Amino acid sequence: MSAIKVENISKSFGKVKALDGISFEVERGELFGLIGPDGAGKTTLFRLLTTLLNPDEGQAEVDGFDIVKGYQAIRERVGYMPGRFSLYQDLTVEENLDFFAALFGVKVEDSYDIIAPIYRQIEPFKRRRAGKLSGGMKQKLALSCALIHRPSVLFLDEPTTGVDAVSRSEFWDMLADLKHKGITILVSTPYMDEASRCDRVALCNEGRILGIDTPTDIVAGFDSPLYAVQADNMYQLLISARRARGVVECYPFGEAHHLIVDAEFDIGQFKAELADVQGLCIKPAEPTIEDMFIKLMKQ
Amino acid sequence: MRGNFLSFVKKESLHILRDVRTMMIVLLIPVVLMILFGFAISTEVNNLNVAIVAPNRTEGVRQVVDRLANNPYFTVVGYDSSIDIDAALRSGKADAVVVFDEDFEHLITQRAEGIDTHPAIQFIFDASNTNIAQTGTAYLQNVVSADHLQQELLNLHLLYNPQMKSAYNFVPGIMGLIFILICAMMTSVSIVREKEMGTMEVLLVSPVRPIKIILAKMIPYFVISCINLATILLIARYLLDVPMSNGVWSIVIISVIYLLLSLALGLLISTIASSQVVALLISAMVMLLPMVMLSGMVFPIENLPTVLKPLPYIVPARWYTEANRKLMIMGLPLSAVMKEVAILIFMTFVLMGVSLKKFKDKLE
Repeated sequence: MSAIKVENISKSFGKVKALDGISFEVERGELFGLIGPDGAGKTTLFRLLTTLLNPDEGQAEVDGFDIVKGYQAIRERVGYMPGRFSLYQDLTVEENLDFFAALFGVKVEDSYDIIAPIYRQIEPFKRRRAGKLSGGMKQKLALSCALIHRPSVLFLDEPTTGVDAVSRSEFWDMLADLKHKGITILVSTPYMDEASRCDRVALCNEGRILGIDTPTDIVAGFDSPLYAVQADNMYQLLISARRARGVVECYPFGEAHHLIVDAEFDIGQFKAELADVQGLCIKPAEPTIEDMFIKLMKQ
Repeated sequence: MRGNFLSFVKKESLHILRDVRTMMIVLLIPVVLMILFGFAISTEVNNLNVAIVAPNRTEGVRQVVDRLANNPYFTVVGYDSSIDIDAALRSGKADAVVVFDEDFEHLITQRAEGIDTHPAIQFIFDASNTNIAQTGTAYLQNVVSADHLQQELLNLHLLYNPQMKSAYNFVPGIMGLIFILICAMMTSVSIVREKEMGTMEVLLVSPVRPIKIILAKMIPYFVISCINLATILLIARYLLDVPMSNGVWSIVIISVIYLLLSLALGLLISTIASSQVVALLISAMVMLLPMVMLSGMVFPIENLPTVLKPLPYIVPARWYTEANRKLMIMGLPLSAVMKEVAILIFMTFVLMGVSLKKFKDKLE
């Protein structure tokens, strides 16, 4: 039995279709990532699965319970960390943790083993008010609170947004730990580079899923040539390259621009077309998940 | 599960205690309002400046002037045989001028014998403030006619508040206002804050029914309101000398019912409002204004136009204020306000029922 099973779910807010017939399954003990830009419908999907919203169409199960009929049961066995920091800023670290323990009817000591690797890092500041913590520490506290009742499924909505690079990396290490303890984790992120830390990812855009696979297979599925181009004037290059023959998409990627091309593309001709661009340099590039995402979006 | 509930109450109390400024405001509002309405803002008329014009200073005239001069409400600012009355009023030197007839003594005797004469005394009053003019002339008339012009036709006897102290009138009204303000507004704002801060989302995704958390929220506000009730009763009794001759317990009982009603009202507002600002606006516009206008606190309900007359029946503060007047000022026992008690309890149940039904454990 899968931990999360979503079948053809749709949800609209007025005229805006936030989710448009989404289906996927998450295995038990899997770390599953939802990757997509803002407005892809990730938060709506989280709210549906945590029983905060009811779907317009389709159905879903979490831990074997229907999200509409069995919502009380689901609320007992999942942990949820919303996108916005949702703890009490005027309460201390310790008071927040105690409150969430009471909310789920457990004692902090009984769950200490599961939260310890995370909580121990903020324990020195346990008398500090949550509002005065740094972004990374807030994240750790929120995760501790979401874990306090030993949930079987953990929902993390953009947990690393607004957190520095080091804390982000640490956070993913913690998720890997939790996964080994048997907790199923559904996590969303707008950062494509974090996708590689997941077992499987779903690329979402505008309420639809563009593709689901392991990060390696997603990258492997990038079957056309990819180039990185550079020039003295990167903006001029971007404009000109987009007009060139055989170019499907050209977009900034770190220091260079990436070029997705089709069968009509020819390097020689490309160089000739962009003869007026100073310092043009083009070489093949390794595709990443972001490249795959943009390619899927173009199709 | 009981320990659970207590920890929710603890959490709410911490929120309130941490916000020292708001807590001070909540605790001081009643004190400030009571003192404002009790002393500063009153419909009583004090320190009226009276100029006296008397062509002949006879014994009768002197007696009247003495009474005026010795009366704490009046200050005699002039005692002449003739002055420019218009100028005295216009310059603000005098609020009222009392003019004695040349033939004062004679006219009085004639009147006493039942002979119809022209008036012996004339009051000229600056009526630019109608309230002062109305009350002031009544005072003047009483003081001046106390001895000489006794009109035995009418025997006026003011019960319960013979000195017409406005504090007596305001205290019950203020209590109606303060409890709505603190219970309804503060609870609704604090519930809506959870929605606004996103913590409601986390609370909902837990085995606890959210309504339990909400009920735990009300307890600290209930306690604060009880402290306020005590402060108000103390100020009313010892600073404003409100009689409460039948003891305070009946007042406490009806106030507690009213507190619960206000909490239910706050809960209802929180189910409608989506942000703290909306909650505040609803509290102010939908509750405070009608409360002041329609509860009979400031304007008598009897003076309302016919179309608006049914409205006060649904304003809880009206029933509370009315009952409180009977208990505090008239000194009646609780059994005399059973009708009001029943109505308030009924309203509390209706409000609680509606808001519990309306309260959603989903986001939409």
